[in-house]
Amino acid sequence: MKKAIKHTISLLVSNKPGVLTRVALVFARRGFNIDSLVVSKAQTPAFSRMNIEATGDERTLSLMMAQLNRLVDVIRAVDHAGEDVVQRELALFKIKCTPRTRTEILQMADTFRGQTVDMGDDTVTLQITGKSTKIEAFHTMMKPFEIMELVRTGKVLMSRGRESTA
Amino acid sequence: MIRKMKTAAELMLDVLHQSGVSHVFGIPGGNSIPIYDALTHHPLQLILTRHEQGATHMADGFARTSGKPSVVCVTSGPGATNTLTGILTAMMDSIPMLIITGQSITPNIGLDAFQEADVMGMSFPVVKHSYRVSDPQDISRIIREALHIATTGRPGPVLVDIPKDVSAAMVNVDIECEQDLPGYQAAPEINIGELELAANLINAAHRPVILSGHGVILSDASKALMEVVEKMRIPVTTTLLGKGGFPDTHELCLGLPGMHGTAYANKALCESDLIVSIGARWDDRITGIPEKFCTNARKIHFDIDPVEIGKIIPVDCAVIGDARMALEELIAYLKPGELKSWNNRIRSWKRSFPLKYRKEGKLRAQHIIEELSKLAGPEAVVCTDVGQHQMWAAQFVKTDKGKNWISSGGAGTMGFGLPSAIGAQLARPDATIYAIVGDGSFQMTFCELATATINKLPIKIILMNNRYLGMVRQWQHLFYDNRFTGVDLVGNPDFIKLASAYNIKGFRVKRSSDVRKTLKAAIDWNDGPCLIEAVVEQHDNVFPMVPAGATLEEMIIEPPKRPRVVS
Repeated sequence: MKKAIKHTISLLVSNKPGVLTRVALVFARRGFNIDSLVVSKAQTPAFSRMNIEATGDERTLSLMMAQLNRLVDVIRAVDHAGEDVVQRELALFKIKCTPRTRTEILQMADTFRGQTVDMGDDTVTLQITGKSTKIEAFHTMMKPFEIMELVRTGKVLMSRGRESTA
Repeated sequence: MIRKMKTAAELMLDVLHQSGVSHVFGIPGGNSIPIYDALTHHPLQLILTRHEQGATHMADGFARTSGKPSVVCVTSGPGATNTLTGILTAMMDSIPMLIITGQSITPNIGLDAFQEADVMGMSFPVVKHSYRVSDPQDISRIIREALHIATTGRPGPVLVDIPKDVSAAMVNVDIECEQDLPGYQAAPEINIGELELAANLINAAHRPVILSGHGVILSDASKALMEVVEKMRIPVTTTLLGKGGFPDTHELCLGLPGMHGTAYANKALCESDLIVSIGARWDDRITGIPEKFCTNARKIHFDIDPVEIGKIIPVDCAVIGDARMALEELIAYLKPGELKSWNNRIRSWKRSFPLKYRKEGKLRAQHIIEELSKLAGPEAVVCTDVGQHQMWAAQFVKTDKGKNWISSGGAGTMGFGLPSAIGAQLARPDATIYAIVGDGSFQMTFCELATATINKLPIKIILMNNRYLGMVRQWQHLFYDNRFTGVDLVGNPDFIKLASAYNIKGFRVKRSSDVRKTLKAAIDWNDGPCLIEAVVEQHDNVFPMVPAGATLEEMIIEPPKRPRVVS
């Protein structure tokens, strides 16, 4: 069994219809599941940025990176596995609560520098921002309570200093 | 100011014509009528085919024999989906091709309109790139970009999908059309450090072999390769698509390697200490199990496509870039070594393990092919279909020039032979074009006989009729204990009558003693296409053979006494 590693890939692509399909097909053809995917406009409107997280063995992934870079609509694709990059994710947690548990939940959110974005009779909605590991840690803390919904944006990242991201 | 206006379709044809395109292959339909309307009085020559798959293979054969891109133009829906096999064929073999598909009018796209198909979505995995034209003003830029992408770097098919309202729209002919391809690099610069490393490995090798592929032909590197070979005395094996890139008749040519390669090519690879792959991609029909492929040899890989480096076989040195430029640079770094004993070794293998077949008894396909090659000479252009006859042709046809051997390699598309020969004849009107086809393959696209007849193309079709899907039958015989399933082509038509229905002259040969006489008569036939049906031994098998999943060392040189059974 080949060793599976988590890869974080950033791409600078043309902002055109169909580009996402072309990129996704490179992963699908080798049976790679995309763990998370973020697409948004880049600083110039002609381009978009993509951040993709996928798990798989090194050799297949390096072939896939070459295949991504071969796509005409991909300006650049870079794998940041093992690199120290600035990485952020945002998550919204909707937790069921009683007047008794609400304080406890809010205290925990405070520890994680979370924000309360909504509150109802028996729910509280929290926003947690940070590295994906932090969101996972908060997720663990919330498990004893009833998590009604959890929405995560997926990872965005940027290279440090003058290094270009993709 | 009066602006000069044309339909987007007319402007598109003008751009194609200015770019050196001469022929358009296809069949019209509702959503491509504006394009066909523009063809009415246009200098581009329309070749009306009988099926869209035929159109793609004709364009393919045209491109392979001329080195120039050619254009397929079909309608939406089934017209477009019928091209997918041909697009895959072109993609696998790196053929420059432009496929223009009509599409439903813009407001109807996505609404399951009549003859609507998401051909962009369907073709993503088999094109080098594709476009949907949504603004008619973009047509000129898109067609130029599409041709640029199709023909540069590693060539490949590019699809342009044009809604009917877009092709019919009026556009200003003088629109500026800057190419806008920030993500496309045609050919990477050659890294001199890697080139020196390659030269050092070659200079130090005692038993080197060059594996010459399609890239040598696509980049016109034959002359540079010959200089390298003559200087260094390195033997060359040419892949199925690389055939002709180095002359078959050269004393250092080993012919085809791999599954049905020559024994001496495979033995040379197995015993080599260095394999230099130039424009070849370590195809599984050559390498078998990559982990066990020629483990004692170091490997150098010259390729224009970075994706191919390390894809199948880990290499010791990779030179990324155009093969001809790389070889022209390389030669200065090369120092001839002492390869006399290696060359002698190869010569003795060639003597001990020649390609052979039985000339007595029933007529053999190999016999026809060898005789044809002798009569036609090494300058002949040979197009093949896919199957046993293709492998025998690869073994016994002597090809001395690139672009003279046309065969579907990567995709192995049955039905390729006849239409590719039609494209080849249109590209090279003065050459004699031979299409070697099998009875199975031929029946997949024989409707194009009409296209050959109406265009008076003097193609010589040599049909190997063994009334079987022979290659599958061979596998069932060797590895599935003779359980023949789905391979008996009972009910084949009378091929001579079939040819005559299309007004094509037919010849039939059944006996070995008649081979030469019949072929000569066919070669002398000068009134349009002709078909030579060779009724050949039904149960013949292609040897040598490396079974799937085995290593080159396990090659079976001669037919086994008892068939192997897959456990």
